Amino acid sequence: MMTVLILLMGAATPILFAALGELVVERAGVLNLGVEGMMIGGALAGFAAAHATGSPAVGFAVAALAGAALSMLFAVMTQYLLSNQVATGLALVLFGLGLTAMFGKPYEGVKAPAMMAGPLGLNGMIWLGLALVPAVWWGLTRTRPGLILRAVGENHDAAHALGYPVRRVRILAIAFGGAMAGMGGAYVSIATVLQWTEGMTAGAGWIALAIVVFAQWNPWGVLAGAWLFGGVTVLQLRLQAAGVAVPVQLLSMAPYLATILVLVLISARQKFGRSGGGSAPGSLGRSFHALR
Amino acid sequence: MTDVFQAEGLGKTYPGVRANDAVSFAVGPGEIHALLGENGAGKSTLVKMIYGLVRPDDGAMTLLGAPHAPADPRAARAAGVAMVFQHFSLFDALTVAENVALGMENPPPRTDLARRIAEVSQAYGLPLNPARRIASLSAGERQRVEIIRCLLQDPRLLIMDEPTSVLTPQEAEILFATLRQLAAQGTAILYISHKLDEIRTHCDRATILRHGKVVGTVDPRAHSARELAAMMVGAEMRVVDRSGRVPGAEILAVSGLSAAGLRGVSLTLRAGEILGIGGVAGNGQEALLAALSGEEPTAPGTVVMDGTDLSAMGPEARRRLGLLAAPEDRLGHAAVPEFSLAENTLLTAGARQGLVRHGLVDHGAARRFAEAVIRAFDVRTPGPGTAAGALSGGNLQKFVIGREVLGKPRVLVVNQPTWGVDAGAAAQVRQALLDLAGNEAGVIVISQDLDELLELSDRFCALNEGRLSAPRPTEGLSLEEIGLMLGGAHGMEVAHVPA
Repeated sequence: MMTVLILLMGAATPILFAALGELVVERAGVLNLGVEGMMIGGALAGFAAAHATGSPAVGFAVAALAGAALSMLFAVMTQYLLSNQVATGLALVLFGLGLTAMFGKPYEGVKAPAMMAGPLGLNGMIWLGLALVPAVWWGLTRTRPGLILRAVGENHDAAHALGYPVRRVRILAIAFGGAMAGMGGAYVSIATVLQWTEGMTAGAGWIALAIVVFAQWNPWGVLAGAWLFGGVTVLQLRLQAAGVAVPVQLLSMAPYLATILVLVLISARQKFGRSGGGSAPGSLGRSFHALR
Repeated sequence: MTDVFQAEGLGKTYPGVRANDAVSFAVGPGEIHALLGENGAGKSTLVKMIYGLVRPDDGAMTLLGAPHAPADPRAARAAGVAMVFQHFSLFDALTVAENVALGMENPPPRTDLARRIAEVSQAYGLPLNPARRIASLSAGERQRVEIIRCLLQDPRLLIMDEPTSVLTPQEAEILFATLRQLAAQGTAILYISHKLDEIRTHCDRATILRHGKVVGTVDPRAHSARELAAMMVGAEMRVVDRSGRVPGAEILAVSGLSAAGLRGVSLTLRAGEILGIGGVAGNGQEALLAALSGEEPTAPGTVVMDGTDLSAMGPEARRRLGLLAAPEDRLGHAAVPEFSLAENTLLTAGARQGLVRHGLVDHGAARRFAEAVIRAFDVRTPGPGTAAGALSGGNLQKFVIGREVLGKPRVLVVNQPTWGVDAGAAAQVRQALLDLAGNEAGVIVISQDLDELLELSDRFCALNEGRLSAPRPTEGLSLEEIGLMLGGAHGMEVAHVPA
């Protein structure tokens, strides 16, 4: 039982990091679809740094920087040049995948340094991810910077009229989201797979995006969503190992199918009136341009 | 008595526009000072400079004897300026307390803030629950949030940008009582509006702006509304002529109309009649227009024109029969911003004007029709090839209304025909509607502007939460009675204001 739980937490952690980061970005009113690209960037940069220094901790720190650096591309494009957020986010995914495919070649077949197990057999990153859930919740709902961030995401024109620096708030949020995605990606290469392979994040960034919606932009919901996804992943691996007579491809699909199913249920509930208009930030995905 | 605020020769230039030019005026303590002008006269730019949202190019401001040059709104607030915005600067998903905190420099902890909100709202007779979400509040209540946000900072100068445009007359009365109370405590109030009667009753002085320049500072009580309007527009206003109309036979009957946002609406319209439908925004106006225009087909027998049941027909079929409509949203609903005016005529006038033949667009005919609209309605534009989005609000509205009027409708339904349109264009649009009724068409005007409805309509009814009141003849209807018709189903208790 304990090992299953550890496996579940492990499978959930990359998505938990990426989704928490994206949640903060979206609460600031920015839709960054480039999570997958920032994750894969973090996965390679973190793996390379951990391999070079022999320290997983340094690996995660470098991964955070790499993710943030990639996110700044998105930030400059969308916040200063006012490019379309959806298109720019998609481009960031392709850019990240291509860049890592090129620079990742020397690291193929190399082994990662071992992670140390922490309390209860869970490593430090799992604990950090768990601690970040209440931290993000508290920061968003109980602090003044969190209030300003939500205000910017809810109605950027009003926030500007009250004198809040919309662009600066958003750039900081995007950087945070990038760093979180980078660490999430590095968890896959350093702690789960223990080596580098091209495209190894395998759609985790997209799942993270879906989970933010699933969570209705609430950090606790993100935790639930990440665990649900982790649980289905572990379950399908177990079923495969037990030799259940279901094609492997179908089982591998299970986590993604589960995500789609949950999103359908949420949309249906919203459409048929239970929770009204939903809780998406009011200015989500809209460019802001102030006349001065 | 020294002035609280002074502006000396303020100027601001945007690319291609001199928004403000050498603007000077002063507001004394306890004074309610009106800033009067047409749309685009520079009122908004002026107050944005005072509030630190826009930096003036030249000139200087003085607040409480010290130079006032705020770098941003926070600096302006710190100096004692507070502002209530025309389009509310509120955050729908946040609570009242959170919204108030966002408008303050150093908000107290949450529990203290909730207590202070309760105190202030008691003191000014503006009841509010700090824990409510903005999305669940009415327009009047939302404005209270803005006002209380300002009051908590003890402002010396309070700027109000068209505060009554979204309020019922009763809600407006509460607002004025609050403003009087504030003025009595020595707060200077800068009050922006283009409702002349309101300014003449409640303001001590009025500074009138035209094309970014000060035309004069006058005592509004000493002038008639007509004189003030003349100063705003720069010429004598055309008075709308409503003579020579005799209502004829019934042409449109709506009965038991229930759709999204509408509950059992019934009305009748006669030839040559203008029916005015008032109400605060969000009470079913858009749903009513959609049900009448055919965008949302309704149950059989609910919309009948000249004995023909139109209920199941779409807009194009209804247009062929002579039921035309002009929705509230000019850009995106009534017109495609990127299309030229000629192309925009095709949207609604294609069939009635024969602009489409054998499935092909007759561009020459569309162009000629657009030119006819431009000429007949004095639309200021280079020509029919201009994109609709490039026109000013007033000119585009004249074009949209003109397109329908020249279509010789049997029945025309318009929503907010003069919203955001300057006084000159508004008068032209209203005259066109009156002329149309004079030619035996039936006209339904849905509007939030009560003065407009009183001026135009033969009968008046109010739309409240999707219900339509029984029509009353406009003749002899007082503003008080209208307020009750509007406020009745508004679901808001009128707060008690201590004398």
